[in-house]
Amino acid sequence: MKVNPLRKYLREWGLPHFFCPGCGCGQILSLFLRAADEIKLDMNKLVAIGGVGCTARIPVYIKAEALHGVHGRTLSWATGIKLHNPDLNVVIFAGDGDIAAIGGNHLIHAARRNLDVNIIVNNNMNYAMTGGQVAPTTPLCLYTTTTPRGNMERTFDLCKLAETAGATFVSRWTTNHPRQIVKTIKDGMDHRGLTFIEIVSQCPTHFGRYALGSSRAEDILKWIKERTVTKKKAEEMSEKELEGKIVVGDFVKKNLPTLEDKYVELEKKAQGEE
Amino acid sequence: MINKKILSGTHFMLGNHAIVEGAIVAGCNYFAGYPITPASEIAERMSKRLPEVGGKFLQTEDELGSIFSLTGASLCGAKPMTATASAGFNYMQEGLGYAYAVEAPLVIVNVQRCRGENYATHADVMQMRWGASGDYEAICLAPSSVQELFDYTIEAFNLAEKYRNPVIITSEMILSHMRERIVIPDPNEITIVNRKRPTVPPEEFLPFRADKTGVPPMPAFGEGYKTLYSLNPHSENGRIDWDPDVFEKLYERIIGKIRNNVDDICKYETYYVDDANILIIAYGSECRPAFDAVIEARKKGYKVGLLKLITIWPVPEKLVDTLSKKVEKIIVMEINVGKYFFEIERIGKKNCEVVPLTKNRGTIHTTEEVLNKIEGESK
Repeated sequence: MKVNPLRKYLREWGLPHFFCPGCGCGQILSLFLRAADEIKLDMNKLVAIGGVGCTARIPVYIKAEALHGVHGRTLSWATGIKLHNPDLNVVIFAGDGDIAAIGGNHLIHAARRNLDVNIIVNNNMNYAMTGGQVAPTTPLCLYTTTTPRGNMERTFDLCKLAETAGATFVSRWTTNHPRQIVKTIKDGMDHRGLTFIEIVSQCPTHFGRYALGSSRAEDILKWIKERTVTKKKAEEMSEKELEGKIVVGDFVKKNLPTLEDKYVELEKKAQGEE
Repeated sequence: MINKKILSGTHFMLGNHAIVEGAIVAGCNYFAGYPITPASEIAERMSKRLPEVGGKFLQTEDELGSIFSLTGASLCGAKPMTATASAGFNYMQEGLGYAYAVEAPLVIVNVQRCRGENYATHADVMQMRWGASGDYEAICLAPSSVQELFDYTIEAFNLAEKYRNPVIITSEMILSHMRERIVIPDPNEITIVNRKRPTVPPEEFLPFRADKTGVPPMPAFGEGYKTLYSLNPHSENGRIDWDPDVFEKLYERIIGKIRNNVDDICKYETYYVDDANILIIAYGSECRPAFDAVIEARKKGYKVGLLKLITIWPVPEKLVDTLSKKVEKIIVMEINVGKYFFEIERIGKKNCEVVPLTKNRGTIHTTEEVLNKIEGESK
């Protein structure tokens, strides 16, 4: 039997994974491992972090140092890890609830500090693990299990949030863009500073069923594709035309000192070397 | 400029600063905190001292940020600490619960305060035992002088490392904002305990398998052991596993490693207990008026003794049981509505009468108040 060459990066005892058929989490895991393999990432120096939720299970399957199991605190763990041992590579797999709702405060401050971590957000537009409730990322008017009369709240633009808070690498793609995702993850892992990669993905079990009336992955992917516009095209569109659209592309890439860099300077000062 | 790691010698020092110096002596190399009165001087002094001695200091965006960053640092091999006060300690319960579950050594200082006001209290004595969700055993130390804040901060780190458990040091404004003479010993007079390390290569290592002590060896992130730490129930190799046998066994071990070592963990002092018919039990700053009152009462001919508890969690049950058989009455002193009293009553009431002496007025008892109680209970 032919074995997937990326399987060597997975914990054998962790399999089979628990993602639903058609879920974007499996794709994101696979695309991350493809990127890691192509850049020959040292798995001994990788810390993979997940909070709580479907996406948070991704790091559980990766054969690396891993942290899992508390909602929204992924960046706080990462802060302690990177400050104490800046040589480690940290990648966070976060759901939209994890990073933008309960963990929002930690996100904006990690971005402000330009902590050298990589955040891969799987935005499936709802709380999937708990049964398909509304998320800060759920599009307006759509039905979820806690918006039986339609979502009345505006949708959070996570990339704009990350950029405004100070992230130095910000990109968004959808699961319709596997090649772009691999390239962006490779660039992001190479970037020193806070990397924020949002991937809009399909949740057939909950978002698909309640919001779109279909539990077929391809229907949701098609729905996402119809709403996707490139960054270049978006620049020519009015605010009204952009309502409900998913703008994809690379938004920010700049080099600024990281928190870890600044701490080295501080230590020198404290120890009288300057 | 202070830049020595151990400031050996005699000092006149603030309680909160003594905690910092004790921590640095113990090997603390990571501190994250969020300002809160009356604990802020700990963060302030840490921000100055830690970078001088090669440690990391960060003022985080909130208490959750502090406690979870401590866990991250701990799993990388750091000896981390945070300091907060009651309201901030509420926020930390989530991270504390996680640290118990993944067995991350770390130290938390909780300078208890009254409902947003900074007055001294022991109102949160039960929260320090039961505050986080899930199953665990807490270790909590309640020193009663500036010297003890220094000494038992070192002890707190040693216990955290030895048992792979969070350790809480509790104080309140009276101790934390008091200046007293303290002696910091020479480095060779101080015992430092570090966590057990793996003795086998990664491919043979089971991160949650322990010997009969119940405490598994602990690698640091980046050493190649590729450990999965999850709040979810996990088998010895770290696999998330909902098998009820795995769950039950895991928490038997996590609880057992503390319960089976109470004699090693519990620190206390006794005064005049041999011939006593009344025993006072006190902890924290209440030990001060308790001790003075016992001395005064003895002068007046009352046969009173004192059990000064330094470790309040776990409760030294055998000790309390033994002493309760020797006396007619136990008086439990605390500055709250009477909470730890119930623990002592649970253990002692089958052997003697147990009565509370409470004061919920933001300060400790006066010697006279304790003396009056002794006289009243002697009639």
